[in-house]
Amino acid sequence: MEYFLQQLINGIALGSIYGLIAIGYTMVYGIIGMINFAHGEVFMIGSFVSLSVFLALGALGITFLPLVLIVMLIVAMACTSLWGWTVERVAYRPLRGSFRLAPLITAIGMSIFLQNFVQVTQGARIKPLPPQIEGGLTLMEGPGGITVQLSYMQIIIIATTIVLMAGFSYLINKTSLGRQQRACEQDRKMAALLGVNVDRTISLTFVLGASLAAVAGIMYLLYYGVIDFYIGFIAGVKAFTAAVLGGIGSLPGAMLGGLAIGLIETFWSGYFSVEYKDVAAFSILAIVLIFLPSGLLGRPEVEKV
Amino acid sequence: MTHQDAPTASNRPEGAALLSEQRRDAMGGEPPFVPEPTGDSRLVASIKDAVITAAIVAGITLFFLAVRSDIDAGGLVLTLRPGLWMTWVAIALVVRFFLSYFFYRSAAPISGWLKTVVMPTKRGVPIGKTVGIILLAMALTLPWLLSTFLPGQNRYLLDLAILILTYVMLGWGLNIVVGLAGLLDLGYVAFYAVGAYSFALLATNFGLGFWVCLPMAGLFAALWGIMLGFPVLRLRGDYLAIVTLAFGEIIRIVLLNWYDFTGGPNGILGIPKPTLFGIEFSRGEGGFADYFGLEYSTVHRFVFLYYIILALALLTNFVTLRLRKLPVGRAWEALREDEIACRSLGINTVNVKLTAFATGAMFGGFAGAFFATRQGFISPESFTFIESAIILAIVVLGGLGSQLGVVIASVVMIGGIELLRNLTVLQQVFGDNFDPTQYRMLIFGLAMVAIMVWKPRGLISSRTPTVIYKERKKIGADAVSQGEGH
Repeated sequence: MEYFLQQLINGIALGSIYGLIAIGYTMVYGIIGMINFAHGEVFMIGSFVSLSVFLALGALGITFLPLVLIVMLIVAMACTSLWGWTVERVAYRPLRGSFRLAPLITAIGMSIFLQNFVQVTQGARIKPLPPQIEGGLTLMEGPGGITVQLSYMQIIIIATTIVLMAGFSYLINKTSLGRQQRACEQDRKMAALLGVNVDRTISLTFVLGASLAAVAGIMYLLYYGVIDFYIGFIAGVKAFTAAVLGGIGSLPGAMLGGLAIGLIETFWSGYFSVEYKDVAAFSILAIVLIFLPSGLLGRPEVEKV
Repeated sequence: MTHQDAPTASNRPEGAALLSEQRRDAMGGEPPFVPEPTGDSRLVASIKDAVITAAIVAGITLFFLAVRSDIDAGGLVLTLRPGLWMTWVAIALVVRFFLSYFFYRSAAPISGWLKTVVMPTKRGVPIGKTVGIILLAMALTLPWLLSTFLPGQNRYLLDLAILILTYVMLGWGLNIVVGLAGLLDLGYVAFYAVGAYSFALLATNFGLGFWVCLPMAGLFAALWGIMLGFPVLRLRGDYLAIVTLAFGEIIRIVLLNWYDFTGGPNGILGIPKPTLFGIEFSRGEGGFADYFGLEYSTVHRFVFLYYIILALALLTNFVTLRLRKLPVGRAWEALREDEIACRSLGINTVNVKLTAFATGAMFGGFAGAFFATRQGFISPESFTFIESAIILAIVVLGGLGSQLGVVIASVVMIGGIELLRNLTVLQQVFGDNFDPTQYRMLIFGLAMVAIMVWKPRGLISSRTPTVIYKERKKIGADAVSQGEGH
């Protein structure tokens, strides 16, 4: 029971990170109907930027943790947003209206490029960061010394995710940017005719997705304490799985899917085998796509000629 | 003013509106309207462009070029490299300024200039055929050429040629799936792995030889192709891409963790070398050199391996070219252009996709078996996603569906970068630790983006269509995007 609860908590924390990345996939898919393969790399870039910021602040002598975290958050979000914007501008915008595989191929090209760019500039070795936020709440103490712990880091992850999700839902549902975004999602041509700046809206979608990925990147860095240039690939595929599972194009779906994938992965490694946890996540992807292509909360896709 | 023969909406090509407008103006005696900016505004605008670009480059590369985190005794430390960062920002500034000033904002836009340079509009000259024959002749005589002209580096270059040909073969195999049938397969390396492992396991467990195992490896890979393909081929293109990626990873993880069967990360050792009708390429009694009365040389085995992979690659090419003329090949190409139309015409799209998938997988399996026998050792390390990405990059850069393009892309990207390694000039410029292969994937990624943005059908983009209706026409890269159902 204690073990189960502990895995549940771990799974929710991991799922929050996946959910934040998945939102980027699902929004981009909703608006331009393509899988942004480079999104996992954007997450990885967020992680690296925040690591550099952390080390730079440490070198300057600033060690007050809340301040450090806020500066990390702001700088990483800004830098990663710029990356997201640039990737869209360079690799996807010129291809709008091109044949179907073209943006997908540039996305893969971008993903390869970003991975290797970071590898070449920052080195291929893993970067360990000692845990910065230690300790936690002991929720339950079972027989045999098994305790259920909710670490402060997990609290931060879950709280940040909830706050961001609330803010993000407000942005999408209530503000004019959100309305434009939803309009473009429904019909880009019509939105353009009605005076929505489609290119700008699409760029902003990438920027929003990238900044959420940056937050996920920071939390990944602080939670696991180990990053390398390859983390974006696996996390990206899993977040995409989450987006598909939740119903691609649906924002609550992405969060739900993220939680589901996080839980499946933790329980799988907790009860079956750690080696095959990626296989579990990837198999879910295939199974969902085959049997439930519109996901949990998605709308069925209408095929147009 | 009206025109009797004005083009209608249905037959009007792109740009016709502008042309007819210009014609109308000319008939009215007006000079054609050319929006030529004045020198000053062009300069100012170009400088503005350049500054904006440089600022963006500065922003995105700040945390990657200007600082670098390294592991030190006391944990991670930052190294500052402002010089490198500023160099790149300056490069961006200058390049963008020149591009803006001379191309983007000049009266003759860059696209027109590029077209005249890159795509000579000669019609009906089958240049591909000539180049193909020359390349084939070179490939067939390569061992002789090398031993005659470069005897010192004979072995190294032959080995490189074998590597390039392996990629050519993989590229041709993937070209069936991606280029012809339009199915983006990101897990092609899975079939390569299946081929390699089935050969290795059959050979080490049952003592079977290369020539017996080769067709079996191909069959196994094709079988896997069908098994994996059957459930997922109903999916849309981009979903298919990510599911194949997931399958590629699953196969790698299984190979890595199934110790009893595959040896896990240790891989499989002692895979036998191929024999020529039972004659081994070994020193001493009964070996190849002894049998034919030649002096023993390690090069013989390389020459033999070279001819095996050349034959396999040519087989792939031959089969592809023949299949393109069969109904199934035409169905592939039709499927790539418009899936809905295909279904409306009664083509069983799942079966057609499956044949493409299985055929591609089979050639991947052959290549895998060859890889295993060449290395003598395989491990899951050799079958990562990067490998799939390299093969896909080769197909994309060569031009989706172009056989010759795959060859050129492999030679340039695999051979070219490998050769750069030996240029000592580069080491003198960039320091002793400079290794161009480190930048290979970086270049691959950038080239994929550049090619897709600039010439979406690859370097060899004008293909002669397989089926000819009334007259021969070349399909330009520009026209292709219009033909795609989107």
